[in-house]
Amino acid sequence: MAVSSSSFLSTTSLTNSKSNISFASSVSPSLRSVVFRSTIPATSHRRSMTVRSKIREIFMPALSSTMTEGKIVSWIKTEGEKLAKGESVVVVESDKADMDVETFYDGYLAAIVVGEGETAPVGAAIGLLAETEAEIEEAKTKAASKSSSSVVEAVIPSPPPVTSSPSPAIAQPAPVTAVADGPRKTVATPYAKKLAKQHKVDIGSIAGTGPFGRITASDVETAAGIAPSKSSVAPPSPPPTPVAAKATTTTTNLPPLLPDSSIVPFTAMQSAVSKNMIESLSVPTFRVGYPVNTDALDALYEKVKPKGVTMTALLAKAAGMALAQHPVVNASCKDGKSFSYNANINIAVAVAINGGLITPVLQDADKLDLYLLSQKWKELVGKARSKQLQPHEYNSGTFTLSNLGMFGVDRFDAILPPGQGAIMAVGASKPTVVADKDGFFSVKNTMLVNVTADHRIVYGADLAAFLQTFAKIIENPDSLTL
Amino acid sequence: MQSAMALSFSQTSFTRPNHVLGSSGSVFSTPRSLRFCGLRREAFGFSTSNQLAIRSNRIQFLSRKSFQVSASASSNGNGAPPKSFDYDLIIIGAGVGGHGAALHAVEKGLKTAIIEGDVVGGTCVNRGCVPSKALLAVSGRMRELQNEHHMKSFGLQVSAAGYDRQGVADHANNLATKIRNNLTNSMKAIGVDILTGFGSVLGPQKVKYGKDNIITAKDIIIATGSVPFVPKGIEVDGKTVITSDHALKLESVPEWIAIVGSGYIGLEFSDVYTALGSEVTFIEALDQLMPGFDPEISKLAQRVLINPRKIDYHTGVFASKITPARDGKPVLIELIDAKTKEPKDTLEVDAALIATGRAPFTNGLGLENVNVVTQRGFIPVDERMRVIDGKGTLVPNLYCIGDANGKLMLAHAASAQGISVVEQVSGRDHVLNHLSIPAACFTHPEISMVGLTEPQAKEKGEKEGFKVSVVKTSFKANTKALAENEGEGIAKMIYRPDNGEILGVHIFGLHAADLIHEASNAIALGTRIQDIKLAVHAHPTLSEVLDELFKAAKVESHATTRTVSEKVVV
Repeated sequence: MAVSSSSFLSTTSLTNSKSNISFASSVSPSLRSVVFRSTIPATSHRRSMTVRSKIREIFMPALSSTMTEGKIVSWIKTEGEKLAKGESVVVVESDKADMDVETFYDGYLAAIVVGEGETAPVGAAIGLLAETEAEIEEAKTKAASKSSSSVVEAVIPSPPPVTSSPSPAIAQPAPVTAVADGPRKTVATPYAKKLAKQHKVDIGSIAGTGPFGRITASDVETAAGIAPSKSSVAPPSPPPTPVAAKATTTTTNLPPLLPDSSIVPFTAMQSAVSKNMIESLSVPTFRVGYPVNTDALDALYEKVKPKGVTMTALLAKAAGMALAQHPVVNASCKDGKSFSYNANINIAVAVAINGGLITPVLQDADKLDLYLLSQKWKELVGKARSKQLQPHEYNSGTFTLSNLGMFGVDRFDAILPPGQGAIMAVGASKPTVVADKDGFFSVKNTMLVNVTADHRIVYGADLAAFLQTFAKIIENPDSLTL
Repeated sequence: MQSAMALSFSQTSFTRPNHVLGSSGSVFSTPRSLRFCGLRREAFGFSTSNQLAIRSNRIQFLSRKSFQVSASASSNGNGAPPKSFDYDLIIIGAGVGGHGAALHAVEKGLKTAIIEGDVVGGTCVNRGCVPSKALLAVSGRMRELQNEHHMKSFGLQVSAAGYDRQGVADHANNLATKIRNNLTNSMKAIGVDILTGFGSVLGPQKVKYGKDNIITAKDIIIATGSVPFVPKGIEVDGKTVITSDHALKLESVPEWIAIVGSGYIGLEFSDVYTALGSEVTFIEALDQLMPGFDPEISKLAQRVLINPRKIDYHTGVFASKITPARDGKPVLIELIDAKTKEPKDTLEVDAALIATGRAPFTNGLGLENVNVVTQRGFIPVDERMRVIDGKGTLVPNLYCIGDANGKLMLAHAASAQGISVVEQVSGRDHVLNHLSIPAACFTHPEISMVGLTEPQAKEKGEKEGFKVSVVKTSFKANTKALAENEGEGIAKMIYRPDNGEILGVHIFGLHAADLIHEASNAIALGTRIQDIKLAVHAHPTLSEVLDELFKAAKVESHATTRTVSEKVVV
């Protein structure tokens, strides 16, 4: 705060509204003896006659009748700085406004007890004022015993020179770098310096990794042992760690963009997908594949297609019926300590819309008949396209179906969405040469189904049995139309 | 900017007493009657070009002026002045000042031409206020969207605010183009001749433009404006060491940019750059940031606009040498102590923006033809914007407005000066009260001011023997500001408790730039606090911040105007 104090002082004399409040200090004649307010004029007389060393407490002033505590907006003076009577020392926020608090005494700001942004009750010591330079250390010790957490350990390199005019450059962070001037000049960005001050990191001890070897904000954060503020998603399980580390480096230390490339911020849907995908890394999954003969299903599809039944509805219905027999695959594990059998079988089906991805849910897929299911599906897709899906229509799934068969994909592997037990990835049905138990070859339509499941609750045998059931239903699809 | 500000204040403090003493009673009635005149003409449906409408003024004026011209010619012996003129008024420079003058001149029935050597709109529209407002509009929104705490307190959720640099730059450019076209069309539509080419003064009432077009006019206004001032030792390459001209194109957003100068320009750019993700280092020659602002305002502004942002600063230092980035080296800035001139520090940054103010653009104007000597480039003028020559005498029929005279380097000040000159040449004496001209800095939140700062008012009070009082109010006490979650800010008014005169108003807070006009109008019209405090403000609005000030002021004298005492049937 490089505002000359004199001009501010003059404010007081002109102002009707009292916006400058002077703090009353308390004096402790010797360490930790009786503390009393020295606003009484007599005190100063007694003080000068009998007591040698005086360390005053700067305490939180009551700026209004209703104020019980105050927040330190900023310290105008730094520790070790010389104070002249009437100078503003600290800015305190009350319920109405920020007010400058000025000192009644000359001396040195020996220690800051309550830091910027912290709150203290009215009357509590927020800083210590030493009368002479020699007492600064003493006051520091006192401050250390006074506050447990916010003791400032910053070493003041040399006591400020005793000059009649206080140095004008007060709040300038520049001297920090000057101190660290070694053989090689330390270059730190403004934000890095701010962070270093905030986390009490010696900026001279940090190796810069930024452009031209400069110290960046992330260097300081690393040195202070705090995660860069960006990555709030920290996956707990071991395998994702390297991925997370990679993510961190890419966010903080981006390689320069190639010319003409553009940065596109995530849309809400992309953010949601991204969040879910990162979250999925905390679940241990495994995959089981199964070939399914679809000749009968294809024949059925040809029959029911004119009635508006879609392949999606057929597959969802089949999965629903299989899940009804294997409830564990339809279960979900949310906290890693227990799991729940879901009362309903809700099949979420992944759909690509307008470059996004959403999973409308066919509720009670095992119970609804094929026609209702098909009708429902059409309705959901329409809503998804017009972005009118209600939350329960896309986040109530207990099992997910993802089908890329229409693109000719023969097999793929899906990521298990958090909160579900399993996801089924369906490939294209293709004519395949198969040998039956009698050794006869024939060509049958076969599709590969690949299920990813949460191994905390679904084990290999469970999944295999489920797939077997599913294959049976597909191969004898009459039950689907019942 | 700081030099310009200092200059303007010292000059205005001269003009003010002049103004008050010279034409005490009639001053305030002048603009008022002007207003009425304009209204009546419109009401009766006279077209602006109808010269009969203002016949009496004009005849009077003509006779007076022609007499002056012949007198000046005979004394100068500088060639016989033309008997009849191509134009009544020629304006050199089609910036905001020239535009304002041209519009008003046509309204007054003058045949007007405006000469532009570059693009219509000048600095303000093309390289200043206008495109910078576009960038600041973007930075304000970015700032808000990035402030999670702010959004949360509204109950809003926003994810991953980002920007496309080219899109932002296009917005600024499109805005400038649009305003430039509006300006051009507004002049064409009323019949102002827009002459293209560099204009210069050939002699009394004679102007050359382009290659060799010579035209004559009864009166000439110089409104050539200014260019960014670059101190020596600084090498501007337009890529890594830039001025506001380059910065407004937003061709890059450097990771770390040093801004030399912390006046309006520097401050506004720091707002833009930090919102777009840059870190900023200020270099200020004076001992404090934001010189020129009221000390208390700059103190609070620093607390809000500097300290919490990714900004640091060096005060009391000059950038003695700045080398652009090249050969794999960053931009190098050598700092020397402003007083001792001793080397202090060297900075290595990605870019440097030179915002050390603006220099008048007066070279090649042919001023030597009328014996005018510029002072540090500025054209000397009296309080009526009449140009003063090297011997200290007025140059007849030649005026200079805007940045080129350096009185108050603001677009709207130039325009006001232009209107004042047109008033004079159309036969009505007019002296502009510079103390009623508001200024604003469009940071988030904004800063605005009108009149004197507290130290200036105090000094004046001591000299002239009157008491000065100050009232303050916080935006934290304003309902609308709190509804917007923007309680940060103060407004202060400096006034005379004896007669209720408003000496200055300074606002730092949400929409401060829009709020200042109630105060600037009051100063311009001479409205006293005891009167304006009875005016009603809609609730809840930010305007109540000023209402609060007026009501909190303690004035000894009572309301003077008869407030509407007749009963009005509603």
